[in-house]
Amino acid sequence: MAAEQAKVDPMHQFTIEPLFGTDHWSIAGYNIAFTNSALWMAIVSTVLFVFVAGGLKRQLVPGRWQMAVESLTGFIDNLLAANIGPAGKKYVPYIFSLFMFILFANLLGLMPLALFGLHPFTPTSHFSVTGVLAVLSFSIVLIVGFARHGLHFFSLFVPHGTPVWLMWLIPVIELVSFLVRPFSLALRLFVAMMAGHVLLEVLSSFVIDAANAGPLWGGIVGLPSFILMVSICALELLVAGIQAYVFALLTSLYLNDAENLH
Amino acid sequence: MPQIAQFSDTVASQVFWMLVFFGLIFFVIGRGMVPKVMATMEARDQQIAADLAAAEAARSAADAQEEAWRVQANAQRAEAQALIAKAKADAAQAAEARLAAANTVIDARVGEAEGRIAAARGDALKEIETVAAEAAGDIVARLAGVTVDAAAAQGAVKEVLNG
Repeated sequence: MAAEQAKVDPMHQFTIEPLFGTDHWSIAGYNIAFTNSALWMAIVSTVLFVFVAGGLKRQLVPGRWQMAVESLTGFIDNLLAANIGPAGKKYVPYIFSLFMFILFANLLGLMPLALFGLHPFTPTSHFSVTGVLAVLSFSIVLIVGFARHGLHFFSLFVPHGTPVWLMWLIPVIELVSFLVRPFSLALRLFVAMMAGHVLLEVLSSFVIDAANAGPLWGGIVGLPSFILMVSICALELLVAGIQAYVFALLTSLYLNDAENLH
Repeated sequence: MPQIAQFSDTVASQVFWMLVFFGLIFFVIGRGMVPKVMATMEARDQQIAADLAAAEAARSAADAQEEAWRVQANAQRAEAQALIAKAKADAAQAAEARLAAANTVIDARVGEAEGRIAAARGDALKEIETVAAEAAGDIVARLAGVTVDAAAAQGAVKEVLNG
Protein backbone atom coordinates (compact mmCIF):
# COMPACT_ATOMS: atom_id res chain seq x y z
CA MET A 1 0.00 0.00 0.00
CA ALA A 2 2.70 2.42 1.02
CA ALA A 3 4.75 1.57 -2.03
CA GLU A 4 2.04 2.42 -4.56
CA GLN A 5 1.12 5.57 -2.68
CA ALA A 6 2.50 8.51 -4.57
CA LYS A 7 4.59 10.81 -2.47
CA VAL A 8 2.73 14.07 -2.00
CA ASP A 9 5.10 16.73 -3.18
CA PRO A 10 3.83 20.10 -1.86
CA MET A 11 5.96 21.94 -4.44
CA HIS A 12 4.63 20.05 -7.44
CA GLN A 13 1.65 22.41 -7.70
CA PHE A 14 3.99 25.21 -8.72
CA THR A 15 5.51 23.30 -11.65
CA ILE A 16 5.17 25.05 -14.97
CA GLU A 17 4.32 22.86 -17.93
CA PRO A 18 3.94 23.90 -21.54
CA LEU A 19 0.45 23.14 -22.81
CA PHE A 20 -1.04 22.23 -26.18
CA GLY A 21 2.40 21.39 -27.64
CA THR A 22 3.48 25.02 -27.66
CA ASP A 23 6.83 24.37 -25.99
CA HIS A 24 8.72 25.24 -29.17
CA TRP A 25 7.16 28.71 -29.47
CA SER A 26 9.80 31.35 -29.26
CA ILE A 27 10.51 34.98 -30.11
CA ALA A 28 14.10 36.03 -30.77
CA GLY A 29 15.41 32.91 -29.16
CA TYR A 30 13.31 33.29 -26.03
CA ASN A 31 10.93 30.48 -25.31
CA ILE A 32 7.37 31.71 -24.90
CA ALA A 33 5.54 28.41 -24.55
CA PHE A 34 1.89 28.77 -23.56
CA THR A 35 2.14 27.18 -20.12
CA ASN A 36 -0.36 26.32 -17.43
CA SER A 37 0.69 29.59 -15.83
CA ALA A 38 -0.23 31.51 -18.98
CA LEU A 39 -3.48 29.56 -19.20
CA TRP A 40 -4.46 30.68 -15.71
CA MET A 41 -3.50 34.26 -16.50
CA ALA A 42 -5.87 33.94 -19.46
CA ILE A 43 -8.59 32.48 -17.24
CA VAL A 44 -8.09 35.28 -14.70
CA SER A 45 -8.29 37.88 -17.49
CA THR A 46 -11.47 36.32 -18.87
CA VAL A 47 -13.18 36.07 -15.49
CA LEU A 48 -12.15 39.63 -14.71
CA PHE A 49 -13.48 40.78 -18.09
CA VAL A 50 -16.81 39.04 -17.50
CA PHE A 51 -17.00 40.46 -14.00
CA VAL A 52 -16.39 44.06 -15.04
CA ALA A 53 -18.50 43.72 -18.19
CA GLY A 54 -21.40 42.58 -16.00
CA GLY A 55 -21.11 45.85 -14.10
CA LEU A 56 -21.16 47.94 -17.24
CA LYS A 57 -24.94 48.21 -17.57
CA ARG A 58 -24.65 51.88 -16.62
CA GLN A 59 -28.01 51.92 -14.90
CA LEU A 60 -28.94 54.90 -12.81
CA VAL A 61 -30.15 52.60 -10.06
CA PRO A 62 -27.52 49.83 -10.00
CA GLY A 63 -28.29 46.14 -9.70
CA ARG A 64 -26.27 43.83 -7.45
CA TRP A 65 -23.58 43.05 -10.00
CA GLN A 66 -23.15 46.65 -11.06
CA MET A 67 -23.05 47.62 -7.38
CA ALA A 68 -20.24 45.08 -6.79
CA VAL A 69 -18.14 46.40 -9.67
CA GLU A 70 -18.83 50.01 -8.72
CA SER A 71 -17.89 49.40 -5.11
CA LEU A 72 -14.53 47.97 -6.27
CA THR A 73 -13.78 50.87 -8.62
CA GLY A 74 -14.94 53.22 -5.89
CA PHE A 75 -12.64 51.45 -3.44
CA ILE A 76 -9.62 51.96 -5.72
CA ASP A 77 -10.68 55.54 -6.39
CA ASN A 78 -10.90 56.25 -2.65
CA LEU A 79 -7.56 54.54 -2.04
CA LEU A 80 -5.86 56.78 -4.60
CA ALA A 81 -7.70 59.90 -3.50
CA ALA A 82 -6.65 59.24 0.11
CA ASN A 83 -3.02 58.46 -0.67
CA ILE A 84 -2.22 60.73 -3.61
CA GLY A 85 -5.03 63.28 -3.70
CA PRO A 86 -6.75 64.64 -6.81
CA ALA A 87 -3.71 63.76 -8.95
CA GLY A 88 -4.32 60.09 -8.14
CA LYS A 89 -7.41 59.90 -10.35
CA LYS A 90 -5.37 59.13 -13.48
CA TYR A 91 -3.85 56.01 -11.89
CA VAL A 92 -7.22 54.38 -11.28
CA PRO A 93 -7.06 52.19 -14.43
CA TYR A 94 -3.59 50.90 -13.55
CA ILE A 95 -4.18 50.32 -9.85
CA PHE A 96 -7.58 48.76 -10.59
CA SER A 97 -6.01 46.37 -13.13
CA LEU A 98 -3.23 45.53 -10.68
CA PHE A 99 -5.51 44.98 -7.71
CA MET A 100 -8.12 43.01 -9.59
CA PHE A 101 -5.59 40.83 -11.43
CA ILE A 102 -3.80 39.90 -8.20
CA LEU A 103 -7.07 39.41 -6.31
CA PHE A 104 -8.63 37.21 -9.00
CA ALA A 105 -5.41 35.23 -9.54
CA ASN A 106 -5.10 34.62 -5.81
CA LEU A 107 -8.74 33.66 -5.39
CA LEU A 108 -9.02 31.49 -8.51
CA GLY A 109 -5.87 29.60 -7.44
CA LEU A 110 -7.66 28.74 -4.20
CA MET A 111 -10.85 27.48 -5.81
CA PRO A 112 -11.45 23.73 -5.29
CA LEU A 113 -11.52 23.20 -9.03
CA ALA A 114 -9.61 19.90 -8.69
CA LEU A 115 -13.02 18.43 -7.86
CA PHE A 116 -13.89 19.03 -11.52
CA GLY A 117 -10.59 17.69 -12.81
CA LEU A 118 -8.94 21.09 -13.30
CA HIS A 119 -5.65 21.81 -11.63
CA PRO A 120 -5.74 25.35 -10.28
CA PHE A 121 -2.52 27.23 -10.69
CA THR A 122 -1.75 30.53 -9.02
CA PRO A 123 0.37 32.73 -11.30
CA THR A 124 1.02 35.08 -8.39
CA SER A 125 2.91 32.30 -6.59
CA HIS A 126 5.76 32.78 -9.07
CA PHE A 127 8.16 35.65 -8.58
CA SER A 128 8.72 35.77 -12.31
CA VAL A 129 5.08 36.94 -12.52
CA THR A 130 4.90 39.16 -9.43
CA GLY A 131 8.28 40.57 -10.48
CA VAL A 132 6.77 41.81 -13.74
CA LEU A 133 4.05 43.65 -11.82
CA ALA A 134 6.55 45.03 -9.32
CA VAL A 135 8.90 46.24 -12.05
CA LEU A 136 5.94 47.82 -13.87
CA SER A 137 4.91 49.69 -10.72
CA PHE A 138 8.48 50.72 -9.96
CA SER A 139 9.04 51.90 -13.53
CA ILE A 140 5.88 53.99 -13.43
CA VAL A 141 7.08 55.56 -10.18
CA LEU A 142 10.47 56.35 -11.74
CA ILE A 143 8.98 57.72 -14.98
CA VAL A 144 6.36 59.84 -13.22
CA GLY A 145 8.86 61.04 -10.64
CA PHE A 146 11.50 62.16 -13.11
CA ALA A 147 8.94 63.52 -15.58
CA ARG A 148 7.26 65.66 -12.94
CA HIS A 149 10.21 66.74 -10.85
CA GLY A 150 13.29 66.14 -13.01
CA LEU A 151 16.46 65.76 -11.00
CA HIS A 152 14.64 67.28 -8.05
CA PHE A 153 13.15 63.80 -7.63
CA PHE A 154 16.41 62.83 -5.91
CA SER A 155 15.39 65.02 -2.97
CA LEU A 156 13.19 62.04 -2.09
CA PHE A 157 16.31 60.56 -0.53
CA VAL A 158 16.69 63.47 1.86
CA PRO A 159 13.69 63.43 4.20
CA HIS A 160 12.57 66.62 5.88
CA GLY A 161 14.45 67.45 9.05
CA THR A 162 17.56 65.46 8.24
CA PRO A 163 20.40 66.86 10.40
CA VAL A 164 23.29 68.15 8.32
CA TRP A 165 25.81 65.90 10.04
CA LEU A 166 23.78 62.85 8.92
CA MET A 167 23.69 63.91 5.28
CA TRP A 168 26.28 61.30 4.39
CA LEU A 169 24.19 58.42 5.84
CA ILE A 170 20.46 59.11 5.47
CA PRO A 171 20.42 59.42 1.65
CA VAL A 172 22.25 56.11 1.37
CA ILE A 173 19.70 54.39 3.59
CA GLU A 174 16.86 56.05 1.71
CA LEU A 175 18.35 55.02 -1.61
CA VAL A 176 18.65 51.40 -0.52
CA SER A 177 15.13 51.33 0.84
CA PHE A 178 13.94 52.88 -2.42
CA LEU A 179 15.75 50.33 -4.55
CA VAL A 180 14.46 47.46 -2.44
CA ARG A 181 10.86 48.40 -3.20
CA PRO A 182 10.36 46.30 -6.37
CA PHE A 183 11.87 43.25 -4.66
CA SER A 184 9.79 43.64 -1.54
CA LEU A 185 6.67 44.14 -3.66
CA ALA A 186 7.33 41.04 -5.76
CA LEU A 187 8.60 38.78 -2.98
CA ARG A 188 5.89 39.63 -0.45
CA LEU A 189 3.12 38.55 -2.79
CA PHE A 190 4.95 35.50 -4.13
CA VAL A 191 5.94 34.28 -0.65
CA ALA A 192 2.49 34.79 0.84
CA MET A 193 0.84 32.89 -1.99
CA MET A 194 3.38 30.09 -2.05
CA ALA A 195 3.40 29.65 1.73
CA GLY A 196 -0.36 29.34 1.91
CA HIS A 197 -0.52 26.80 -0.88
CA VAL A 198 2.35 24.76 0.56
CA LEU A 199 0.70 24.76 3.97
CA LEU A 200 -2.58 23.55 2.52
CA GLU A 201 -0.81 20.87 0.53
CA VAL A 202 1.20 19.66 3.55
CA LEU A 203 -1.93 19.51 5.70
CA SER A 204 -3.79 17.67 2.98
CA SER A 205 -0.97 15.13 2.79
CA PHE A 206 -1.35 14.67 6.56
CA VAL A 207 -5.07 14.06 6.09
CA ILE A 208 -4.52 11.56 3.26
CA ASP A 209 -1.67 9.66 4.90
CA ALA A 210 -3.39 9.55 8.29
CA ALA A 211 -6.62 8.32 6.75
CA ASN A 212 -4.73 5.62 4.89
CA ALA A 213 -2.95 4.57 8.11
CA GLY A 214 -6.24 3.52 9.68
CA PRO A 215 -9.08 4.92 11.77
CA LEU A 216 -6.92 5.57 14.83
CA TRP A 217 -4.40 7.81 13.10
CA GLY A 218 -7.14 9.21 10.94
CA GLY A 219 -8.96 10.31 14.09
CA ILE A 220 -5.92 11.61 15.95
CA VAL A 221 -4.03 13.31 13.11
CA GLY A 222 -6.28 13.38 10.06
CA LEU A 223 -9.37 14.96 11.58
CA PRO A 224 -7.60 17.85 13.40
CA SER A 225 -5.51 18.47 10.28
CA PHE A 226 -8.67 18.56 8.20
CA ILE A 227 -10.31 21.05 10.56
CA LEU A 228 -7.13 23.14 10.55
CA MET A 229 -7.09 22.97 6.75
CA VAL A 230 -10.63 24.29 6.52
CA SER A 231 -9.72 27.20 8.82
CA ILE A 232 -6.55 27.90 6.87
CA CYS A 233 -8.58 27.91 3.65
CA ALA A 234 -10.63 30.72 5.17
CA LEU A 235 -7.41 32.45 6.24
CA GLU A 236 -5.99 32.06 2.73
CA LEU A 237 -9.06 33.73 1.25
CA LEU A 238 -8.36 36.63 3.58
CA VAL A 239 -4.66 36.63 2.66
CA ALA A 240 -5.59 36.64 -1.04
CA GLY A 241 -7.51 39.87 -0.52
CA ILE A 242 -4.96 41.40 1.83
CA GLN A 243 -2.01 40.74 -0.48
CA ALA A 244 -3.84 42.29 -3.44
CA TYR A 245 -4.70 45.26 -1.24
CA VAL A 246 -1.14 45.59 0.06
CA PHE A 247 0.29 45.52 -3.46
CA ALA A 248 -2.16 48.19 -4.62
CA LEU A 249 -1.71 50.26 -1.47
CA LEU A 250 2.11 50.22 -1.61
CA THR A 251 2.07 51.04 -5.32
CA SER A 252 -0.18 54.00 -4.60
CA LEU A 253 2.10 55.13 -1.77
CA TYR A 254 5.11 54.94 -4.07
CA LEU A 255 3.16 56.85 -6.72
CA ASN A 256 2.43 59.45 -4.07
CA ASP A 257 6.18 59.88 -3.59
CA ALA A 258 6.53 60.37 -7.32
CA GLU A 259 3.60 62.78 -7.58
CA ASN A 260 4.11 64.87 -4.48
CA LEU A 261 7.68 64.06 -3.40
CA HIS A 262 7.22 64.36 0.36
CA MET B 1 11.11 24.86 -5.57
CA PRO B 2 9.95 25.05 -9.21
CA GLN B 3 9.96 28.83 -9.07
CA ILE B 4 13.76 28.72 -8.85
CA ALA B 5 14.47 25.35 -10.47
CA GLN B 6 12.50 26.25 -13.61
CA PHE B 7 13.34 29.93 -13.53
CA SER B 8 15.73 30.14 -16.45
CA ASP B 9 13.56 27.86 -18.60
CA THR B 10 10.28 29.66 -17.98
CA VAL B 11 11.10 33.27 -17.20
CA ALA B 12 10.76 34.42 -20.81
CA SER B 13 7.40 32.72 -21.19
CA GLN B 14 6.19 33.95 -17.80
CA VAL B 15 7.19 37.55 -18.48
CA PHE B 16 5.84 37.48 -22.04
CA TRP B 17 2.43 36.10 -21.15
CA MET B 18 2.20 38.24 -18.03
CA LEU B 19 2.81 41.35 -20.12
CA VAL B 20 0.32 40.15 -22.75
CA PHE B 21 -2.48 39.44 -20.31
CA PHE B 22 -1.79 42.33 -17.98
CA GLY B 23 -1.63 44.59 -21.02
CA LEU B 24 -4.98 43.25 -22.18
CA ILE B 25 -6.45 43.77 -18.72
CA PHE B 26 -5.00 47.28 -18.46
CA PHE B 27 -6.07 48.49 -21.89
CA VAL B 28 -9.40 46.67 -22.26
CA ILE B 29 -10.65 46.63 -18.70
CA GLY B 30 -8.66 49.33 -16.92
CA ARG B 31 -8.68 51.94 -19.69
CA GLY B 32 -11.80 50.81 -21.55
CA MET B 33 -14.34 49.76 -18.99
CA VAL B 34 -13.38 51.23 -15.61
CA PRO B 35 -13.76 54.87 -16.76
CA LYS B 36 -17.26 54.06 -17.98
CA VAL B 37 -18.16 52.48 -14.66
CA MET B 38 -16.79 55.51 -12.85
CA ALA B 39 -18.53 57.89 -15.23
CA THR B 40 -21.79 56.14 -14.41
CA MET B 41 -21.11 56.62 -10.71
CA GLU B 42 -20.20 60.23 -11.25
CA ALA B 43 -23.32 60.85 -13.35
CA ARG B 44 -25.41 59.28 -10.60
CA ASP B 45 -23.77 61.39 -7.91
CA GLN B 46 -24.25 64.49 -10.02
CA GLN B 47 -27.88 63.67 -10.69
CA ILE B 48 -28.50 63.11 -7.00
CA ALA B 49 -26.79 66.40 -6.17
CA ALA B 50 -28.71 68.18 -8.93
CA ASP B 51 -32.01 66.70 -7.77
CA LEU B 52 -31.30 67.75 -4.21
CA ALA B 53 -30.35 71.24 -5.39
CA ALA B 54 -33.52 71.43 -7.51
CA ALA B 55 -35.64 70.35 -4.57
CA GLU B 56 -33.92 72.91 -2.36
CA ALA B 57 -34.43 75.61 -4.99
CA ALA B 58 -38.10 74.67 -5.36
CA ARG B 59 -38.53 74.83 -1.61
CA SER B 60 -36.92 78.25 -1.33
CA ALA B 61 -38.94 79.44 -4.35
CA ALA B 62 -42.12 78.25 -2.65
CA ASP B 63 -41.04 80.03 0.53
CA ALA B 64 -40.31 83.21 -1.39
CA GLN B 65 -43.63 82.99 -3.19
CA GLU B 66 -45.47 82.50 0.06
CA GLU B 67 -43.64 85.47 1.54
CA ALA B 68 -44.46 87.57 -1.53
CA TRP B 69 -48.06 86.47 -1.34
CA ARG B 70 -48.20 87.43 2.32
CA VAL B 71 -46.67 90.83 1.59
CA GLN B 72 -49.09 91.37 -1.27
CA ALA B 73 -52.05 90.29 0.86
CA ASN B 74 -50.97 92.69 3.58
CA ALA B 75 -50.55 95.49 1.06
CA GLN B 76 -53.93 94.79 -0.45
CA ARG B 77 -55.58 94.68 2.94
CA ALA B 78 -53.98 98.00 3.86
CA GLU B 79 -55.05 99.45 0.52
CA ALA B 80 -58.60 98.26 1.05
CA GLN B 81 -58.68 99.76 4.51
CA ALA B 82 -57.32 103.04 3.15
CA LEU B 83 -60.02 102.99 0.47
CA ILE B 84 -62.71 102.38 3.07
CA ALA B 85 -61.37 105.17 5.28
CA LYS B 86 -61.18 107.53 2.31
CA ALA B 87 -64.70 106.64 1.22
CA LYS B 88 -65.93 107.25 4.76
CA ALA B 89 -64.13 110.59 4.93
CA ASP B 90 -65.44 111.56 1.48
CA ALA B 91 -68.97 110.62 2.42
CA ALA B 92 -68.73 112.59 5.64
CA GLN B 93 -67.35 115.58 3.76
CA ALA B 94 -70.00 115.38 1.08
CA ALA B 95 -72.75 115.13 3.69
CA GLU B 96 -71.31 118.11 5.48
CA ALA B 97 -71.14 120.10 2.25
CA ARG B 98 -74.69 119.24 1.34
CA LEU B 99 -75.80 120.10 4.86
CA ALA B 100 -74.03 123.41 4.59
CA ALA B 101 -75.62 124.10 1.19
CA ALA B 102 -79.01 123.19 2.52
CA ASN B 103 -78.38 125.42 5.50
CA THR B 104 -77.56 128.40 3.32
CA VAL B 105 -80.64 127.77 1.21
CA ILE B 106 -82.74 127.50 4.33
CA ASP B 107 -81.09 130.60 5.76
CA ALA B 108 -81.75 132.48 2.56
CA ARG B 109 -85.38 131.40 2.53
CA VAL B 110 -85.76 132.29 6.20
CA GLY B 111 -84.19 135.67 5.55
CA GLU B 112 -86.45 136.18 2.58
CA ALA B 113 -89.47 135.18 4.58
CA GLU B 114 -88.48 137.49 7.38
CA GLY B 115 -88.08 140.28 4.84
CA ARG B 116 -91.53 139.55 3.50
CA ILE B 117 -92.94 139.49 7.03
CA ALA B 118 -91.31 142.82 7.75
CA ALA B 119 -92.64 144.26 4.51
CA ALA B 120 -96.11 142.91 5.23
CA ARG B 121 -95.94 144.46 8.70
CA GLY B 122 -94.84 147.80 7.22
CA ASP B 123 -97.68 147.63 4.69
CA ALA B 124 -100.08 146.74 7.45
CA LEU B 125 -98.84 149.60 9.56
CA LYS B 126 -99.18 151.95 6.64
CA GLU B 127 -102.70 150.71 6.05
CA ILE B 128 -103.46 151.18 9.74
CA GLU B 129 -102.14 154.74 9.47
CA THR B 130 -104.26 155.44 6.44
CA VAL B 131 -107.28 153.85 8.08
CA ALA B 132 -106.51 155.73 11.32
CA ALA B 133 -106.05 159.01 9.49
CA GLU B 134 -109.31 158.53 7.65
CA ALA B 135 -110.95 157.49 10.83
CA ALA B 136 -109.46 160.46 12.65
CA GLY B 137 -110.62 162.78 9.86
CA ASP B 138 -114.05 161.24 10.01
CA ILE B 139 -114.16 161.46 13.82
CA VAL B 140 -113.07 165.09 13.72
CA ALA B 141 -115.57 165.96 11.01
CA ARG B 142 -118.33 164.21 12.90
CA LEU B 143 -117.45 165.63 16.32
CA ALA B 144 -116.20 169.07 15.49
CA GLY B 145 -117.59 169.44 12.03
CA VAL B 146 -114.32 170.59 10.93
CA THR B 147 -113.01 169.29 7.78
CA VAL B 148 -109.47 168.31 8.23
CA ASP B 149 -107.45 167.77 5.17
CA ALA B 150 -106.00 164.36 4.68
CA ALA B 151 -102.36 165.37 4.98
CA ALA B 152 -102.83 167.00 8.35
CA ALA B 153 -104.72 164.01 9.62
CA GLN B 154 -102.11 161.70 8.47
CA GLY B 155 -99.32 163.75 10.14
CA ALA B 156 -101.20 163.76 13.40
CA VAL B 157 -101.80 160.02 13.30
CA LYS B 158 -98.18 159.39 12.49
CA GLU B 159 -97.21 161.51 15.41
CA VAL B 160 -99.46 159.61 17.73
CA LEU B 161 -98.49 156.17 16.40
CA ASN B 162 -94.78 156.69 16.30
CA GLY B 163 -94.58 158.55 19.55
